Parts: sequence; C-alpha cells; structure tokens
Amino acid sequence: MQRRSIVPILYVLFLLLPIYWLLAMSFKTTNEILGGFSLLPQEWTLDNYRVIFTDPTWYWGYINSILYVSLNTVISVLAALPAAYAFSRYRFLGDKHLFFWLLTNRMAPPAVFALPFFQLYSSVGLFDTHIAVALAHCLFNIPLAVWILEGFMSGVPKEIDETAMVDGYSFPTFFFKIFVPTIKAGIGVAAFFCFMFSWVEMLLAKTLTAVAAKPIAATMTKTASSAGYELGLLAAAGCLTIIPGAIVIYFVRNYIARGFALGRV
Amino acid sequence: MKTPNQKAWLFVAPVIILVAFNALVPLMTVVNYSVQETFGNNLFFWHGVGWFEQVLNSERFHAALGRQFLFTATILAIEIPLGVAIALSMPRSGFWVPVCLVLMALPLLIPWNVVGAMWNIFTLPDIGLLGYTLNNVVGIEYNMTQSPVAAWITVVVMDVWHWTSLVVLLAYAGLISIPDAYYQAAKIDGASNWSVFRYIQLPKMKRVLTIAILLRFMDSFMIYTEPFVLTGGGPGNSTTLLSIDLVKIALGQFDLGPAAAMSLVYFAITLLVSWLFYTLMTRDEE
Repeated sequence: MQRRSIVPILYVLFLLLPIYWLLAMSFKTTNEILGGFSLLPQEWTLDNYRVIFTDPTWYWGYINSILYVSLNTVISVLAALPAAYAFSRYRFLGDKHLFFWLLTNRMAPPAVFALPFFQLYSSVGLFDTHIAVALAHCLFNIPLAVWILEGFMSGVPKEIDETAMVDGYSFPTFFFKIFVPTIKAGIGVAAFFCFMFSWVEMLLAKTLTAVAAKPIAATMTKTASSAGYELGLLAAAGCLTIIPGAIVIYFVRNYIARGFALGRV
Repeated sequence: MKTPNQKAWLFVAPVIILVAFNALVPLMTVVNYSVQETFGNNLFFWHGVGWFEQVLNSERFHAALGRQFLFTATILAIEIPLGVAIALSMPRSGFWVPVCLVLMALPLLIPWNVVGAMWNIFTLPDIGLLGYTLNNVVGIEYNMTQSPVAAWITVVVMDVWHWTSLVVLLAYAGLISIPDAYYQAAKIDGASNWSVFRYIQLPKMKRVLTIAILLRFMDSFMIYTEPFVLTGGGPGNSTTLLSIDLVKIALGQFDLGPAAAMSLVYFAITLLVSWLFYTLMTRDEE
C-alpha cells in the first residue's frame, strides 16, 4: 500500500510545479524576471501585490468577478431546486426530452454564443452589468445544478415525502423545512460546481462587460498586451485568482469525494 | 416509482425560462446570420444555404476540425487511464486523503485565462521553469513559439495538468462506494489484482467514468481560452482549434455569415457525439 502512494504524490507535485512558478514570479521584480533564471526570487518584493491592492481598476476586477459569480450561484441553485425535485419525483409530458435539452446547453460552445450574447444583452439594456454575466452563466450552470441535485434527490426515499403529507405539512413547509435540509450536502456540491464553472469562465464574462462590471480576466489581458508585458504583475494577479477557489474547496473538502459518489456527477 | 403529475411543469418553469432566454434567442440569432449575406450598415440579403456549403467544403474548416478531433482523442486517451490509475493508487482513507483531494481539485478552480498565462510563464524558453530546464539542463531545444510540435505537446500537457483531476475525483468517488465485503470475497476466492480491477472496480466505476468521458469530451471539444492565451493558435495554424478559428472568423474578420454557419455545424457535431454517449449511458440504466 505504501509503495503505491508514490503515484498520487508524483501527480500532486506535477500539479504544484506551475503554481509554484507563478507564485515565485509574483515576488520578483520585472528586471529580475527578464534578467535571467532563478528558482527563488533573489530580492523579494511585494510591489506587484501593492499595485493590485491600491489600483481600483485591479481590485475592482476581483470584486466584480466575485459579485457575478455569487449572484449566478444563488440564481442557479434556487431555480434548479424545484426543477430537480420535479425530475426526481414526477413523470410528466416530455420530461426526458426536457432533461436532454437542458444538457445540450451544457454542450454549446461559448465561442458560438459570444457575439449573439453581446447583442442580446445590449438590446435589453443589461450590457456591462453584473446581472448580465450572472444570467449568461446560467446557460451552463443551471443544467449542471439540475443534474447534480436530481442525483442527490433520487437518493432520498420517497417515503419521506409521503410521511410529511400524511402528517399534514403543506408542500412549501415540507420542501423547505424537511426536504431541503436532508439534501444539504447535494446543495453544497451543486453550489460548489456552479461557483467553479462561473469563476473559471472568462470568454462570456469578458464579452458582456466593458467598464462597470469588468472581470479580473479583462484587466489581466490588458496588462499582458500593454506596458511591455509586466510578467510579475500578471503572475501576482494570477495567484490572487486562485485564492477564492481554494477557500471554496476548503468548505466542501469533506463532501468532495462522497458528493461525487452520492450525486450523479 | 415516479408519479405522473403534469403540474411538475410549474416546478421546471423557472429553469426553462432562464435557460431558454440564454439559449434560444442567441441560437435564433446565429441561425438568422447563417442564411444571410451582409455588406455592413445592417443591410442583410437572403443567402440560403450558401454559407453552409462554403463551410463544409472549406479546407480551413476541415483542418481545424481535424486538429480538434486529434486534440480531443489525445487528451481522452491520456486523461482517462491516468485518472483511473491515480484513483486506484490512492488509499481509501487516512489523514492525507482529503489533503490530496483538495490539492488535486486546485487546478479545476483556476480561471481558464490564468491557466493559459501560467503555462505561458512556465514554458518561456529562457526564464520559465520548464522552458529553462528543457533547454539548459536536459538539453532539448524547446521553443513553443517556433516549433509546432512543441506547441502541440504543451497544449496537451496543459490540458492533462488542468483536467486529469476531474477524472481522478470521479473515479475515486466510484471506488470508495465499493463495500469492503467485495474485496474480502475476492481475497477468499484468490482473485488476482487484475481480476479485482476487471470484475469489481471497473464495473463499479462504469457510471462515473461515462460521466467523466462525457464531460471531458464536451469541454475539450469547446476549449478556447487556455490554448488561445498560451499559443494564440500558433505557430502558424498548428494549435488553432475549432473555437479559436471560429472566434477569428466571427470577431476578427467579422464574417458573420460563415461564422454562424460554422457555429451551427460545430454545435451539431458536439450534440451528435454527446447524444450518442447519453443514449448509451441511459440504455444501460434501464
């Protein structure tokens, strides 16, 4: 058993190498980066981070991203809850087709939709708002949330619903007081995946915003192309984008393996 | 058994409205463009299926599609076996397991443009860790901006780095759901490691692996941001995958008609392959 665990250890090391390099770069000055190769920063500097935390165009990028991602997670999970319940408990006209149609939207390449999305959200006056990006990300997050939640709900015995009805609970009371708490783990896993896919998606987020709701990715692209390629600054900005994800994983760490097994995903 | 209940449509209504708004309106816009010709100033002319003929017969589209299939096949061939192997060698419990899982999930939560930028910095020939090591320590000439082969390998390695963890997590979830009794029974029967894998672990993982293959197929077929940031599709056209080519035509050259026709063909291919997977998956369930 001990000898076998060398494989995961090597794999984790492989995963961490590029992240280490990004971190090392972020503490170097631009001169040192362009001057030559060194494993560790020779003169540690926090200047790159200072720029990000003092320049509003930088730190607002993070705030904007977190705003639309949170908004999207809330919308996706709230809308998916009743739908997943319907799919797991009831048979209705066209249910299978509807489920597959939802999944097809998970398959639509965002590049296909970039331009029409821009026109759609401009025409309804939502261009460059957080809600526009949050709504656009529903395209792939709602199907995913329905898929995950449906898996978890199907694992809950139907007797719970029936007992509650016999005990005289109204449907909303039953749903929110009894049913939702029993699938807490599923909601956590669904929210985790919605957060993840909304946080990492950048093409639509960039297309739908200009100034007021500009995500961090757009700010980074600007740095990469202008001002003579400031690698240190780019690396620092990159390192900071890892933090929200790391925090979210920490919260679901106990569900991460079990959640995959319980749900369909 | 599920109860027949048509009121269930009320439950799914919010989802339908939200997704339809995002899916149908843009899809109709694309369909609209795909059958029209424009000379600017919002003047459009009926063009019939002309753009579709042009796209389906264009060398450029065939080349991009070929590269796309090659890329998807390569990463599936690497990530699925590698992910299963890693999941199999993970201990079933212990202090280090959650730590390992959290570290493995990390690449999945890094924004895609940052993944591209990170690998760009990592592979720079003179100042990147990998680029420097390969050029100056190992002695292999490595420059992604010059050599198409190097660029291609880098894009594949980046994707393996980025997504193998998803396969590991799914396969591991399938593995830990196997009761200990199964292993004890296998031990009593004197089953070899291979037969334990073939007759106990693989069947239990089948479901999660189908999901893993489906997700990896869909996502790698639509990949855009990471290779675009890493190589910009170059050198030449060597890493111009389907999405990159599409965005070049649509937003770079503003050829809306051909781009829209190409989008629809692209979407249809993704849909077809995914549908095949989906039917196979649900057929086994019944």
